Amino acid sequence: MMKNAAAVVCRDVVVVRGEREVLHGVGFDLRTGSVTGLLGPSGCGKTTLIRAIVGLQAKVTGQVEVLGLPAGAPKLRGRIGYVTQEPSVYGDLTVTENLRFFAAVLGVGSDDVGRVIDAVDLRSHADVRVDQLSGGQQSRASLAAALLGNPELLVLDEPTVGLDPVLRRDLWKLFHRLADDGATLLVSSHVMDEASRCDRLLLMRDGDLLADETPAALLESAGTADLEQAFLVLIDQKAGAR
Amino acid sequence: MTPRVTFAVATRVLAQLRRDHRTVAMLIVLPAVLVSLMWWMFQDSPTTFDRIGGPLLAVFPAIIMFIVTSVATLRERSSGTLSRLFTMPMAKLDFLLGYALAFALIAVVQAVVVVSISLYALDLDIQGAAWQLGVVAVLDGVLGTALGLFASAFATTEFQAVQMMPAVMIPQILLCGLLVPRDDLPDVLRAISDVLPLSYAVDAVAGVAQGNGFGSGAGADALVVLAFILAALALGAATLKRRTA
Repeated sequence: MMKNAAAVVCRDVVVVRGEREVLHGVGFDLRTGSVTGLLGPSGCGKTTLIRAIVGLQAKVTGQVEVLGLPAGAPKLRGRIGYVTQEPSVYGDLTVTENLRFFAAVLGVGSDDVGRVIDAVDLRSHADVRVDQLSGGQQSRASLAAALLGNPELLVLDEPTVGLDPVLRRDLWKLFHRLADDGATLLVSSHVMDEASRCDRLLLMRDGDLLADETPAALLESAGTADLEQAFLVLIDQKAGAR
Repeated sequence: MTPRVTFAVATRVLAQLRRDHRTVAMLIVLPAVLVSLMWWMFQDSPTTFDRIGGPLLAVFPAIIMFIVTSVATLRERSSGTLSRLFTMPMAKLDFLLGYALAFALIAVVQAVVVVSISLYALDLDIQGAAWQLGVVAVLDGVLGTALGLFASAFATTEFQAVQMMPAVMIPQILLCGLLVPRDDLPDVLRAISDVLPLSYAVDAVAGVAQGNGFGSGAGADALVVLAFILAALALGAATLKRRTA
């Protein structure tokens, strides 16, 4: 596969929820084998955009193409790893039982279960019921389920919330290792200090894409030292341009 | 549809139920307790108990299974697990059939308990074979499961799902022949009762109780119940939405 081919192509994506338009024509590409950060304040449309890409959002217009197919195409099922904001695992089952179940649905061997448990560093809690784990451990269990079967695209909605700095660093290392192996990752966050760990950034606000840049280019164009400041400068520039 | 996925869902639901002792106790013990209560109420008129005891074997399992399963898919929706499953190679029917299979197994245990207690402890007098009564009781439990899953696919919150029980089940209980024989209902109500699944569930049990075995009448009613089960699951799968607002 070509390293610079786009894994996800979005053009003029508009999403209506109820009476309200929550995405107003968003467009970008996700390069295959890259880690892209999707940043913006809560309520800006990150989750809606993510749900449009994994094919679970209703009332999407415009083009959303994933791995060369329209988003939500039956052939995409199993090729995308999706982590929702809430830990989407069964609280009354152990970590291993959860992963065995999802592995069976995906049709991947149960040896993959051990691999993903190690990848998220939950070996010591593999046989603990998920509802007895801490919030951070639960979200790692949820992440492990998304890693089953080595999906080509990983879409992670705030996967590092509530994790300690050491674990966050380890998970970002894992994300880059997966990207080096050819996977494409889209990681949403509302924490700006995670932005510097991404190959590319999508900055969103109120259903619009403010920027689609590398972290370095963003800092340079805003003329600031950190990304939080750069985000503020961008917002002011947009407000001034109106 | 993939058998591997259907069985994975069924096995997982059973593993979850195994941890939930209170729900399992409710499912298995409650119908027997309720039938025993009716037996006690009609202690002085055993013929009345013989008349309604059979139909109760259809009605109680169906109601109890309905309530439990009507919140099942909603729980998966609110936890996000349904979203995850929908990004995986799982047909909607795999999901519903998996639940139906798991609860069918519970229905078998439930039927063995309630039929054994009714026949041997409460001296329910029936003309037909005990095993046929058991088969029909299982079908009725599965009918409740399938209707519950169907209702669940319609509701968008657990709050709405619980309200499906009075809306879907109580009219069927009133018209199924338990209170007034269906032949004595006004024509319009009689016609309505003819298209309600619980009517056939009760007819099948009553048929077996009166000695009309599967060969003569009760078998046809049981097949109608089976058809309703399959239709409810298919419609439930069609109603369940992958894409939501």
